[in-house]
Amino acid sequence: MSVLDIRDLRIALNGAQDQQVVKGLNLTIEEGQTMCLVGESGSGKSLTALATMGLLPPVLTPIAGSIKLKGEELLGAKQSRLRDLRATSMSMIFQEPMTALNPVARVGQQIEEVLEFHSDMSKSKRVDRVREMMEAVHLPDVDKMYRSFPHQLSGGQRQRIMIAMALVMKPQLLIADEPTTALDVTTQAQILKLIQELREQQGTAVLFITHDMGVVSEIADDVTVLKLGEVMETQPVNTLLRHPQTDYTRDLLRSVPSQVPRMERPAKSDNIVLATDDLCKTYGGTGLFKRGREVKAVQDVSISLTKGRTLGIVGESGSGKTTVARCIMRLIDPTSGAVKVGGTDIATLSQKDLKPHRKNIQIVFQDPMRSLNPRIEVGQSIIEGPLNFGTPRAKAMERARELLELVGLPASAVDRFPHQFSGGQRQRIAIARALAMDPDVLVADEAVSALDVSVQAQVLDLLAELQERLGLGILFITHDLGVAAQICDDVLVMQYGRVVEYGPAAQVLGAPQQDYTKALIAAAPGRHWDFANFRPFAEAAE
Amino acid sequence: MTDQTSAASLIPVRVTPIGRAREIIFSSWLVTLATVVLGIIVLWSVLAVWVVPHDPVRLSPGVRLKPPSDEYWLGTDAYGRDLFSRIIYGGRISLVVGVAAAIAAVVLGLLFGLLAGYIRWIDAVLMRMVDGLMAIPSILLAIAIVSLWGASIWTVLVAITIPEVPRVIRLVRSLVLSAREEPYVEAAIAAGTPTWLIMRRHLVPNTLAPLIIQGTYICASAILTEAILSFLGAGISPETPSWGNIMAEGRIYFQINPGIVLWPGLVVSVAILSINLLGDAVRDALDPRMAKRGIDR
Repeated sequence: MSVLDIRDLRIALNGAQDQQVVKGLNLTIEEGQTMCLVGESGSGKSLTALATMGLLPPVLTPIAGSIKLKGEELLGAKQSRLRDLRATSMSMIFQEPMTALNPVARVGQQIEEVLEFHSDMSKSKRVDRVREMMEAVHLPDVDKMYRSFPHQLSGGQRQRIMIAMALVMKPQLLIADEPTTALDVTTQAQILKLIQELREQQGTAVLFITHDMGVVSEIADDVTVLKLGEVMETQPVNTLLRHPQTDYTRDLLRSVPSQVPRMERPAKSDNIVLATDDLCKTYGGTGLFKRGREVKAVQDVSISLTKGRTLGIVGESGSGKTTVARCIMRLIDPTSGAVKVGGTDIATLSQKDLKPHRKNIQIVFQDPMRSLNPRIEVGQSIIEGPLNFGTPRAKAMERARELLELVGLPASAVDRFPHQFSGGQRQRIAIARALAMDPDVLVADEAVSALDVSVQAQVLDLLAELQERLGLGILFITHDLGVAAQICDDVLVMQYGRVVEYGPAAQVLGAPQQDYTKALIAAAPGRHWDFANFRPFAEAAE
Repeated sequence: MTDQTSAASLIPVRVTPIGRAREIIFSSWLVTLATVVLGIIVLWSVLAVWVVPHDPVRLSPGVRLKPPSDEYWLGTDAYGRDLFSRIIYGGRISLVVGVAAAIAAVVLGLLFGLLAGYIRWIDAVLMRMVDGLMAIPSILLAIAIVSLWGASIWTVLVAITIPEVPRVIRLVRSLVLSAREEPYVEAAIAAGTPTWLIMRRHLVPNTLAPLIIQGTYICASAILTEAILSFLGAGISPETPSWGNIMAEGRIYFQINPGIVLWPGLVVSVAILSINLLGDAVRDALDPRMAKRGIDR
């Protein structure tokens, strides 16, 4: 008997037939198998998981179909029955382990609580079981961990605790909703390995929800591709990656950024538009009222970027890559070192002297939902910069219309508000706003990280095209080696605020010299697959 | 998926201010009732000169401490003045004090809050002063201010406003602190927008909804404080009828004519309850996070 058997599941907003968000989904998982549910945002993949757990928000109701766990119907089951099942037969881990754990309880006790409610083990047996489980998820120093609070653990350790909690009752089904999306790539690799290992040991069926084809290639047995609530296809992973049946899957695979560095481009000019010299940023230290630990967020970073080229800064969270960008933009003041924009050192200029240099360097942020003021029209956001530099309003507005067309939006968008656009469109608007200043340098701080992979590919194409046309120098900050490989001429790898490796992309990503760079590349999921050509790289070489 | 549908449905559709006001007023029958009650109080205060049956300050020793009658609807006080007329006149003082204190506190709080939230060195200095101010009980502070400058409607207004300002400063400061981290504010900095313009375009609009809500609470609290000050004899001069003054004078005669204390007390309670209900309704409409917790039901 299948562990999970979903038949013709339909979920609708307010129970209305014409507002279905999941449209007739079928899915079966056998014991010890991993089914990956893949789709972009809005595909209904998380809703399917929540429906299985009986945790759908009240406005969304399943209107047809069945969900059977080991033959037991879950749709319409009593809340009390679902509550029992949730710990003992099925459990779920979430994307953000910090918010899923209780911040004021020790993590060991949080795991033990599950046993306390759902088993009749004695206290000492429960503690033993929890310790056993914490060892099974490879947490170091279990004695100390048992008594730790969530904030004392790293993101990866918290996700391990979540997994321990989910698996402590040995459920038949584990639902993992983007469990590694919030984690660094090296941590992600470890967590994926852990899930695989526990699945083999315990024979758990895993429903793994992700948007990342790389992760799919690492972990899946079978894959179901969802688009806007509809199943596009269900295939064993190898068949899907080699012979996708639908256009949608093919497009999805083609959009996955390849890990292979782009073709080397000859340098067009030796005009250095942006350079830093031993840039340092130290936080904390002593002051009149505060006495704190010094944190060296950035140490001795020197870069140089010529016209028309792209320099990528890659690193994991906490590596200081965003701090570098913010220092360069003078959103924060560097502690020491120089930031040269077009030959002028702006690191120590006063705000007043800085203003004329602002227009040479512009930034695009990560979060498309927050990078535009929701209260003012898009056009007003775009012309804000030019108005500051004395461009007449009418002329600036005319230019704003041109720019919107340049980034692939209708000129009429100037009169609309940000909430009327999708994430990808907003990112295009943010790029238009940056371009309105005619900058020499564009800083893109994780500018495509929050976007779906197909939208991400479009925005990357747009950036490449704009660079070609306008000769922009682009400083591209990302945690995604695939994206970096696709767009960057040069790559700088950072760790703990220091430069680990810096050189042409082909060299750094293709033949890394440093151990850390090698580890980063080895941890990138799906590095063996050439998604765009539907085959592993190994075969391409033959 | 859920995030996006709910986020989309939470985006406020642009409606006219009148439409928005109507939506708030008719959100529940309690709010409608509160609006009607407040409307009556405002109306009779504005039209006091024509509404009152007797001159509220004319002394008539012949009819001291009379119980309610056809002539004197709520009876008379110790000097034979008509209680009903005095309560209506008292509403003028209370409303003026309430609204003026709310506006003054919000304007001052917004100004200092913006400075504290945006300019770091001002923050350290200003917030210590605010801490100091908040450590003094507001009634004591008000009494001290009134006794320093003597009782008049202006000193009472200052005395009521000053203790309210620190709370508004803190509110605005916290809103500014979180708003200034928004990428669109950083984009404005990167675009060379002058600080005052960043405040006006990107920061102040973020503070308006919470400020309107806070304003209604200050209004209610100011009316109450004014009544307390008058009752304690530290308010505006005793010959001016205000709700607190009437109660203070009636206290001695409570055994003979309890209405002198009870009626103004009732009116104060009802007025404040109405303002608070309206404030809650405004908060629910403007701040979806505080209201129904998302889109559940």
